[in-house]
Amino acid sequence: MKNDRTDELTLSRRLALTGLGAGMLSSALPFAALGEPEDADAAIRDIFGDGRLNEGKVTVKLPPIAENGNSVAITVSADSPMTEENHVRRMAIISPRNPIAEIAVFELGPRAGKAEVSTRIRMAGTQRIRAVAEMSDGSLWVGSASTVVTLAACVIG
Amino acid sequence: MTIRISAPDTASKGEVIELKAMIQHKMETGYRRDSRGDVVARDVITRFECRYNGELVFASDFHPGIAANPFLSFHTRATESGTLDFTWTDQDGQSWSETHELTVE
Amino acid sequence: MIRAGLIACLVFAACSAPPEEAGTPVRDPLPDDIKRSGTAFLQPDTRALQADDFANPGFLWIDRGEKLFRAGVDGSKACAACHGEDGADLVGAAAHYPQVDAASGELVNIEGRINQCREQHQSLPPLDYESDDLLALTAYVSHLSRGEPVSVDVSGPAARYYEMGRDYFFTRRGQLNLACSQCHNEHWGEKLRGDTISQGHGNAFPAYRLEWQTLGSLHRRLNDCDEGVRAEPMPLGSDTYKAVELYLAKRAEGLPIETPGVRR
Repeated sequence: MKNDRTDELTLSRRLALTGLGAGMLSSALPFAALGEPEDADAAIRDIFGDGRLNEGKVTVKLPPIAENGNSVAITVSADSPMTEENHVRRMAIISPRNPIAEIAVFELGPRAGKAEVSTRIRMAGTQRIRAVAEMSDGSLWVGSASTVVTLAACVIG
Repeated sequence: MTIRISAPDTASKGEVIELKAMIQHKMETGYRRDSRGDVVARDVITRFECRYNGELVFASDFHPGIAANPFLSFHTRATESGTLDFTWTDQDGQSWSETHELTVE
Repeated sequence: MIRAGLIACLVFAACSAPPEEAGTPVRDPLPDDIKRSGTAFLQPDTRALQADDFANPGFLWIDRGEKLFRAGVDGSKACAACHGEDGADLVGAAAHYPQVDAASGELVNIEGRINQCREQHQSLPPLDYESDDLLALTAYVSHLSRGEPVSVDVSGPAARYYEMGRDYFFTRRGQLNLACSQCHNEHWGEKLRGDTISQGHGNAFPAYRLEWQTLGSLHRRLNDCDEGVRAEPMPLGSDTYKAVELYLAKRAEGLPIETPGVRR
């Protein structure tokens, strides 16, 4: 594993927020200048609970440039043999900038055969999309990729 | 509601096959306004399920961040001949389905 | 959002002098050696989506159109009853539209021809211009000619429509006082905010625009262009837009039909 590092920043932030309602997060705290916005972290905790977030095993594929944020092709995959004993249970796509951080949660399992899912998502502007995979042993893994969403020449309406 | 499914007709036992599914649906976010300035009510598909001879092999929860006319590509392991059933359900419980017959040799 | 668009367009307007001042050739018709379909000006991902015959969302309408084409509605005759199963008799036809209807002397596009069929041969009411069903049928019929080079007749009774469309293309309009030609003849290939300006061809329509998140007609696209320069848009299906469609088809002559295109 090349990037087996706990996301300490995210965890400590979350701990500091224990007890606050998820809806209050964005208004209670300013966005960190360089970090991921809090509601993306909150969404991850909402879906997957309090486990340690490890970096690695998850790959997010996005185009470098999207000419319209209404539809951006994304592929999320996780490094897993997808057997009965060792497989991906769930994978989530999380946005730090969209009005709703949670974009999709995929349910896989040993019968999925391969932990790779493609779809098309909306992106409210340039951002780094995160994907989190929950393995059959309960461990959580995160990967990310970013896309520049360009502005159209003529905005109608 | 037009549905497109891409799946092989035959596969060998144990083979991992790619399944693609797309449905015509506007996935209205609830954040847009119409020409009169009124908010357009949210209207989204919230759930997709793929069953293989009745057993759930892949599912997805959708939120408004999924693009209009939702497209999915995923996989399953071919275990036996039978029916693949693809079902989408919207926020009001209305659902649309399509099936595909798979022969496993 | 409106303001942002306006500012971008104004900046562009300020930089673009009328052709006579800049000495730029009017380029009418657009020479063959520089003619390029709108796909050439898309990002690779958008181009790949158009080329994918499963994932291209436009095929949702092609499938729907094929179903409508084969099935008679409410006991009426199906399109396929006259035009052949799989529309065999219509292969190539869309490349020659719009054209003047011999009986009425009026210019008809594919949408118009479909509605004419419905009224005259199927005893069905015409479909609304931007309805999913009319888009689906139009896209299906156009798709039957995919790869066929655009080739329209602008002589005889079509000549006056061609002139009308040509006038529209070269006339400055709207608050931004821009003509179609200023973007699409004189500045194609250049950047306008995040976009690369195309040559403004219609050979991929009806097309799935990411901006619309749905399939739309060429007339809807023209409508958007008019709104973009803050001009009063013409009604969809109007004689003016049909004339512009004819002019654009002649201007795009030789480019292959791409329906269903994917555009930004």
